[in-house]
Amino acid sequence: MAKLTKLADQAPEGLPTYRLAVIGDCATQHISKAIKGTGVSRGVSIEILDTDYDQILAQTGDPGSELYAFAPDGVLIMMCTEKLYDRFTHTPAEARESFAETEFGWISDRWAELSDGRKVSIIQSLFTEYDDRIFGSFASRLPSSFIYQLRRLNMLISDGAAKAKKVYPADFSFFTQKYGTDAVKSSKMYAVAKLPFAPGAIPEAAAVVTDIILALMGRSLKCIVLDLDNTLWGGVVGDCGTEGIQIGDYGIGKAFTAFQTWLLELKKRGMLLAVCSKNDEDKAKDPFINHPDMVLKLEDFAIFVANWEPKPENIKLIRETLNIGMDSLVFIDDNPFERNSVRAMIPEITVPEMPEDPADYVDFLRSEGLFEAVSFSAEDSGRTDMYRSEAGRVMAAKACGSYSEYLAGLEMKAEAKPFSSFWFPRIAQLSQRSNQFNLRTVRYTEGEIADIAADPDCVTLYFTLSDRFGDSGLISAVIMKKLDADTLFVDTWIMSCRVLKRTMEEFIVNRMISAAAAAGYKKVIGEYLKTPKNGMVADIYGRLGFTRVSDTRFEADTGSFKFNESFISES
Amino acid sequence: MASQDTEARITEKLNEIFRFVFDDESIEVSRKTSAADIEAWDSLTHITLISEVEDTFGMKFFMKEVVGMKNVGEMIDIIAQRAKPGRI
Repeated sequence: MAKLTKLADQAPEGLPTYRLAVIGDCATQHISKAIKGTGVSRGVSIEILDTDYDQILAQTGDPGSELYAFAPDGVLIMMCTEKLYDRFTHTPAEARESFAETEFGWISDRWAELSDGRKVSIIQSLFTEYDDRIFGSFASRLPSSFIYQLRRLNMLISDGAAKAKKVYPADFSFFTQKYGTDAVKSSKMYAVAKLPFAPGAIPEAAAVVTDIILALMGRSLKCIVLDLDNTLWGGVVGDCGTEGIQIGDYGIGKAFTAFQTWLLELKKRGMLLAVCSKNDEDKAKDPFINHPDMVLKLEDFAIFVANWEPKPENIKLIRETLNIGMDSLVFIDDNPFERNSVRAMIPEITVPEMPEDPADYVDFLRSEGLFEAVSFSAEDSGRTDMYRSEAGRVMAAKACGSYSEYLAGLEMKAEAKPFSSFWFPRIAQLSQRSNQFNLRTVRYTEGEIADIAADPDCVTLYFTLSDRFGDSGLISAVIMKKLDADTLFVDTWIMSCRVLKRTMEEFIVNRMISAAAAAGYKKVIGEYLKTPKNGMVADIYGRLGFTRVSDTRFEADTGSFKFNESFISES
Repeated sequence: MASQDTEARITEKLNEIFRFVFDDESIEVSRKTSAADIEAWDSLTHITLISEVEDTFGMKFFMKEVVGMKNVGEMIDIIAQRAKPGRI
């Protein structure tokens, strides 16, 4: 903990910043420091307002409170089981069966106060399980027992958070179960200093909160780059052949089966898988095609790179082909030499120090907290297919004479419509994840997207794209807000980088102008706000027919706009 | 009372912990050192200090000790009695 405190005091300048207000019914200074320190170690600056002890209601209920004056991006509500138990023991017997509802009512009132007209994310702690052992195991079937009500309250918070959209529960149960209550709680430290966790467990608790913040900032991992020999199976396929590798029931194969199963689940929730192996390509692919016990198949990988080039070079190739940030990659290899060479050449990439025993792979990676999410949509599970079809397009482009011939041959069709509820989760997700093609980097949650869609002073457009190789789904969103009777301001223009250079940008700008004109506006103003990642769109308005009017702003007249050429037709 | 040798070794380790926790390389602890002597030693850092000392010596202070120890001397005596074998 002392180490994190030091990091917190040494935050370098220029890191992306998140403003977090912390309110709690327990001592929050230590966890606040640790969150700040964890943020620094992960490359972000988390500015913290740590309010005084036991001030939740005083902060949320008073519009003039220091919390609101701080204008936080997020609020952590840290509530401890000890205080919950206090309230429970003071609850009369006849009210105990509805204790969880009463508590949840109080908590959700605080959420409502915080969200009232504000763009703020709420990180709500779940209650660490604590059984007072008054009834032993019988308590689990007794609605008036404490543990029954605590578990019910946690479920009410989870369900309520799903409905509230901008509320993210901080779930400490993974590490509390891993290390056990004796290690993560200290009655002494609670009694002396009102600490919700033992000092030694505070870094773990802080990591849970920081992971959520990083995901809210759009800094989540997107792609797992995997070695093959002794990582996805036991043995070296080049030596022992497909029939000799250890997977399934052969040798220590069950360890690799478990690992592949876990990776497949991650793929289903939208993580991209990539292979980066020092092998002959045909030998490396053979187990995926011919071994009956392989859980992962070739089509589960967005890209498959097997050759004898240095791995850092191949990882750069993977990154370029998938068009995602280097810091959204994680590289998994059993070989310390490869791990070190990748770390040395590509400092931004995450490289977990894998355990020696493959039986520990899954447990170890689960503990690393690499895969936090703040949204999930049905479309996530199909992401690999989109990236695979992109690889098909790359091949088609190579076979074509000119680029415009290639584009014309793609038979691209786009849908351009105002936001509708079906797409809210995907639009929110794009808003949170897009870093490169993002003109102003304003992040919106699902609830806010719904509000914008309903606002008569906003003109919204979402874009889908499909072609003869496949459907890319929703790949762009535009939010234009009324400045005055004649003028719309482009508050948000985000686009997935996987559809770059296909005249989608041209198509979108054309539709921005026509939608503005149809709504009776004469002028559209676009703005580019520079971040370390969005340099690719610095000149996009200028390039696509807008006139520069200031350092950051560009204007277009809807009446006289010269529409851009695009190979995309509207479906 | 701890032997002189034991006491010297505990003091040396405590000195390291104090310098680390209070982020001050000039700290030289003695039996008489108390919160009044170290500016950064407040209720917040006290908890971090206790936790680092407990981890280093593989022992636990009683609650009355966490709130009642008056100086480093008292801390040394408790550690000498209670430290896990091999940790001093």
